[in-house]
Parts: sequence; C-alpha cells; structure tokens
Amino acid sequence: MNAASHFSYWATICLMVMGLFIVMARANLIKKLVGLAIFQTSIYLLYIAPGKLIGGTAPIIADGFSVYSNPLPHVLILTAIVVGIAVLALGLALVVRIREAYDSIEEDEILAAEERQP
Amino acid sequence: MKDDVVLRVVAKLLVPFILLFALYVQFHGDFGPGGGFQAGVIIAAAVIFYAIIFGLPTARSVVPDWLVEAMVAAGVLLYLGVGLAGILLGGNYLDYFVLGATPVAGQHRGIFWVEAGVAVTVSGVMLKTFYMFAARARDK
Amino acid sequence: MMLVTVAVLTRSRNLFAVVVLSSVYSFLMATVLVALDAVDVAMTEAAVGAGVSTVLLLGALHLCRTEEAKHAQAPWLPLAMAVVTGGVLVYGTYGLPAFSDPQAPIHQHVAARYLKDGPRETGVPNIVTAVLASYRGYDTLGETIVVFTAGIGVVALLRRRRQRSEGDR
Repeated sequence: MNAASHFSYWATICLMVMGLFIVMARANLIKKLVGLAIFQTSIYLLYIAPGKLIGGTAPIIADGFSVYSNPLPHVLILTAIVVGIAVLALGLALVVRIREAYDSIEEDEILAAEERQP
Repeated sequence: MKDDVVLRVVAKLLVPFILLFALYVQFHGDFGPGGGFQAGVIIAAAVIFYAIIFGLPTARSVVPDWLVEAMVAAGVLLYLGVGLAGILLGGNYLDYFVLGATPVAGQHRGIFWVEAGVAVTVSGVMLKTFYMFAARARDK
Repeated sequence: MMLVTVAVLTRSRNLFAVVVLSSVYSFLMATVLVALDAVDVAMTEAAVGAGVSTVLLLGALHLCRTEEAKHAQAPWLPLAMAVVTGGVLVYGTYGLPAFSDPQAPIHQHVAARYLKDGPRETGVPNIVTAVLASYRGYDTLGETIVVFTAGIGVVALLRRRRQRSEGDR
C-alpha cells in the first residue's frame, strides 16, 4: 500500500474534515450549512472513487468497450445528491425564519437572546 | 434587469434552448447520461433564469403558483400510479414487465413514466422553493 | 484545488464570497467526477450543486443580509477534534481496498450481474438509469417522496407571512 493507491480516500478525508470543522467552529448559520454541503459532497467522492476501474469507461453499454465502472455507487450518490439539496432547501428556510425571529444568524447571539428571555 | 437590451435578447434566445436541452436530457437518459433528476433541475433553472431577468411577477404569470404546486404533487402521484398499474395488471407493486406486450417493452414504458414523474416533482419543488424565497424578499 | 477552495471558504467572512466559492467547489467536484467515469453523477452535481444550490443560497442571503461576525475566541477545540477525527479515519482507510482494484468486494456481487444482464432484461444501455428506475425503483420512489416532503416543508415554514401581507394575491 502506497500513497497512490489510497490517495482518493485521503483527499476525501481532508475535505470531510474541513467541512466538519466549518460546521463545528463557525457560528454563522449559513456558513454552517455550506460546511454541511461540503461534507456531503466529499462523501460522494468516497463512494465513487472505489467504483472506478482504470481503463474502464462510464457504465453505458456500447460496442467496443468491455470494462465498465461500477454503476451501483453512481445510483446511490444520485439519490444522495438530491437528498442533499432537499436538506439545504429546508435548512435555508429555517435560517430565514430564525433571522426573522431573532434578527441575527450568529449562533452565539441567538443563544444569548434565548437565555435572556425564557 | 429587464431594461437592459442585451440581457433581454439573450434571455429570450436562451430559455427555449435550455428547455429543449432539458427535454433532451430527460428522454435520452436511457442512452447517455441524464434522466429525471437532471432534467427536472434544468427546467427549474430555465424558469429561474427567466424570473431573474424579467422579474418575479412576470415569471409568476407565465408559470403560475397553482401550476407549480400541482407539479410538486403530480410527479409523486405519477410514480405511485405506475406502481399501482403493476398491481392492476397482474404483477407486484412497481413491476414493469407486465406493462407492455413483451417484458422489455414493459420495462421501457415503466422507466419512461417513472422518470417523467421524477422530473416533474423535482422541477416543481425547486421552483416552489425559489418562488417562496424570492416572494418573501418583496414582502419585507 | 478543491482543498484550496475550501480553505479560502473557511477563512472568508463575506458571505457572498462564501456562496460563490461553494459554487466553484461544486463545479470542481463535478469535473473530478467526470474524471472518475461517473457521468450521470457529474451532470447531477453540476446542475444541482453549482446551479440550484447557489440560487437558493443567494436567495436566503438576500433575506438575511449579514456578514459573518468576528470570532470570539480561536477555535482550538473544534480544530483538535477535526484533526483527531481525520487521523482516526485515515487509520481506518488502511483496511480499504486500493484504488481501481478489480478484485475489490464492490465489484463482486450484484454489479457484475447488472452489467451483464441489464441491457438484455431492461433494454436500456445506460446501466445507471436501468438500476435507478427498474432494479432499484423503490429507492427512487422514496427519494422522490423525500424531495416532495422538502418542498412542502419549505412551504409550511415560509407560508404564514405571505398570507398576512396583501401584496401578492
């Protein structure tokens, strides 16, 4: 096992960890949602990279090709992408409502306002 | 933005081609990359593009609210209906091979209607979300 | 390049720049996916991530219109937790198969059958569409219902104030 054989996993983990850091460390709600989107996108890479066969082609049957990349992760990730945008749409609707209720989208200001009034 | 001549002309030229491309992606999903989700998102993108250039009220008169809300529900109902048709024609739920004269023809028909349902729902939901966000800004 | 984009995104405080950078990131991800032979996924990621997702973020940003406030304290604890999580995950990848290994378990069981019998049983050359719509049709039904639920969720969240104002209807 050398760097070339596992590079895709490590790149995925770097992106995943960065997305996780944005969700944990930043207080702005919209930035947290963007960090969550980055996290989700890195997972797509995690699933699709193992399905690729060097010398193969996209999983569309055509004459002249015999080696195809694995179609199963593609199907799973298609569903995951659409679910990801559903999550983003709902999250943004929630952020808009929070903004109207508390007049701020910074997490610490909202928590302080919550403590002031029970 | 509708006062800018360049934007107006380019938008009027591009929107039909975007919609045509969406239909191409939808129906060629069997032979190349594409399918219901991509086509639904491209249709929504075309209408959002039109709304950005010509204003939200104009877009809402072209694609009214009741149509978008009906699209959101109709796609899911279409998908469920295809499954139900499988039961009514003798197979299990969502069996395609009973839908046509030969199993392969039934598969083609089933996949066609299922992808159409998915595209309608996805484009409806994306458009409805955009309408809600944009309309709320004008209320403030 | 994607790592650089995400790094700049983390440090940037102007939210408009954050949204544009996230769109760039989605586009780069779509390019990488094409290089990995995932053409369906790349088209969906480009359309959804770099297209509609950016529009929705800009719409929400227009309604919120703030810039991110300066951090109160340096985020050492989240940074440490993130690095530790990354380290544990890297240790976990030692057990995973190498890149493009034809003997990996992912290629063994059902995928070979789909690739072999798919065109004959469904008549559709695009195996991803065949699996999505026919072999795994239930999953796609569930996903369509998830999208539908998200749509009505957004309507439920943002609806009440529209009825109270008299401008639109």
